[in-house]
Amino acid sequence: MSAENGSLKVTVWRGDGATGAFETHEVPRQESQTVLDVVSWIQQYADPTLTYRFACRVGMCGSCAMMVNGVPRWTCRTHVGKVATGDSLTVEPLRNLPVIKDLAADMDPFFDKWVKAEAVHHPSETRHDPIRPVDTETEARQQADVGIECINCAVCYAACDTVAGNPDYLGPAALQRAWTLYNDEREANPEAILDAVSGVGGCHNCHSMGSCTQYCPNELNPLAAIAGLKRETTKRVFRRRRND
Amino acid sequence: MIDLRLYMAQRLSALIMAPLVIGHIAVMIYAIQGGLSVDEILGRTQDSFAWFAFYGLFVLAVSVHAAIGLRVIVHEWLGLKGGGLQAFTWAVALGLLVMGGRSVWAVTFA
Amino acid sequence: MKAPPRAHPLWLAFVLHRVSGLALALFLPAHFWVLANAVTAPGQLNSFLHLTEQPLVKLAEFGLVFLLAVHFFGGLRLLALELLPWSDTQKTLAAGAVGVAVLVSGTFFLNAI
Repeated sequence: MSAENGSLKVTVWRGDGATGAFETHEVPRQESQTVLDVVSWIQQYADPTLTYRFACRVGMCGSCAMMVNGVPRWTCRTHVGKVATGDSLTVEPLRNLPVIKDLAADMDPFFDKWVKAEAVHHPSETRHDPIRPVDTETEARQQADVGIECINCAVCYAACDTVAGNPDYLGPAALQRAWTLYNDEREANPEAILDAVSGVGGCHNCHSMGSCTQYCPNELNPLAAIAGLKRETTKRVFRRRRND
Repeated sequence: MIDLRLYMAQRLSALIMAPLVIGHIAVMIYAIQGGLSVDEILGRTQDSFAWFAFYGLFVLAVSVHAAIGLRVIVHEWLGLKGGGLQAFTWAVALGLLVMGGRSVWAVTFA
Repeated sequence: MKAPPRAHPLWLAFVLHRVSGLALALFLPAHFWVLANAVTAPGQLNSFLHLTEQPLVKLAEFGLVFLLAVHFFGGLRLLALELLPWSDTQKTLAAGAVGVAVLVSGTFFLNAI
């Protein structure tokens, strides 16, 4: 599509979430235009007070995710031509998170849940120990490698209807991170991870609707990771029974 | 709104019900032929310990399973939580258990 | 329930599982109540069972058997997903569960009419 291809009708959310309204702008259509390009155009040429968040523009940093026509997407790698309905586009802040202003969601609850899920590396060695090679062929390492490319963009978190209905639920990103660390042989306390994901907001609240996997821009599979946590926590119940 | 304990209760009750549901569907397909009557139902079930055990276990498992399922739905869709949610879960479980128990008793040993 | 823009096969399977479970749970008290009256008031139950000869009621029964079957087979898929090693065939399995449920409840319906 070229610049002569007319314009887009772009509706963006303005406000802090609780109070605010939609605002519509005419944005010239360009070749290979991304949703982030569109949002940036509005800020640079129509309304400099529009607030949004981005950094790398190449799908590495995970900071530019927004709701585009009701679907969570990384806006820097989402082409307008693929997601616009006709010539209109609606851009909103990420779902399931408080809004700071306009299109910038408050990521604090999202990252707080990573900590709650014990999705934090517990080191088993110190910097003074010699570096021990990690066997990349083991089953556990392969499991860990699958989820390691997560860029913390919160697209899965915004896509999840279980998070929407159950605010305590830790969500797919934190649980996938927990699963990745659980499978890391350098993790000192895998049992603490299983404890952390077994509480009232834990992995057992997942209904396997798979929206996380469906919309993950990096094509990761949090649904499978959460199923792994359910399996290991279930196994542990029977293991404990036997040991009692 | 469920932890590992409630999750296990719901999955175990589901596993218990798996063969029972197959049996129940088979009985329904068999019994529906030529219509239903009280004599036909009671003729099959009255004084039968096997049917009492079959449907007794079924009622027990479904009370647990449905109570946890409804608990999750009521929390996610209606926002009920805390003591109210706990009371709701128990009310559903005990309500189904009493009503189901009465009906199993009615068609077997009553 | 909002979220149609985010609808996809496994999400639909989730909704079907939830709605069928909810409907079955709401049906159970009525089911139990009718059966509990089998002995205490057999005449009443018989006249109720007569009602089941109505074509519309037969259709409703078919609906109930379908709900049970689809919740059952969909639930088996979920148990397999959670207890067995991961399989990438979830969408096929979910569709298969609905297919088998149609087959089973269809068998019931053909025997009922």
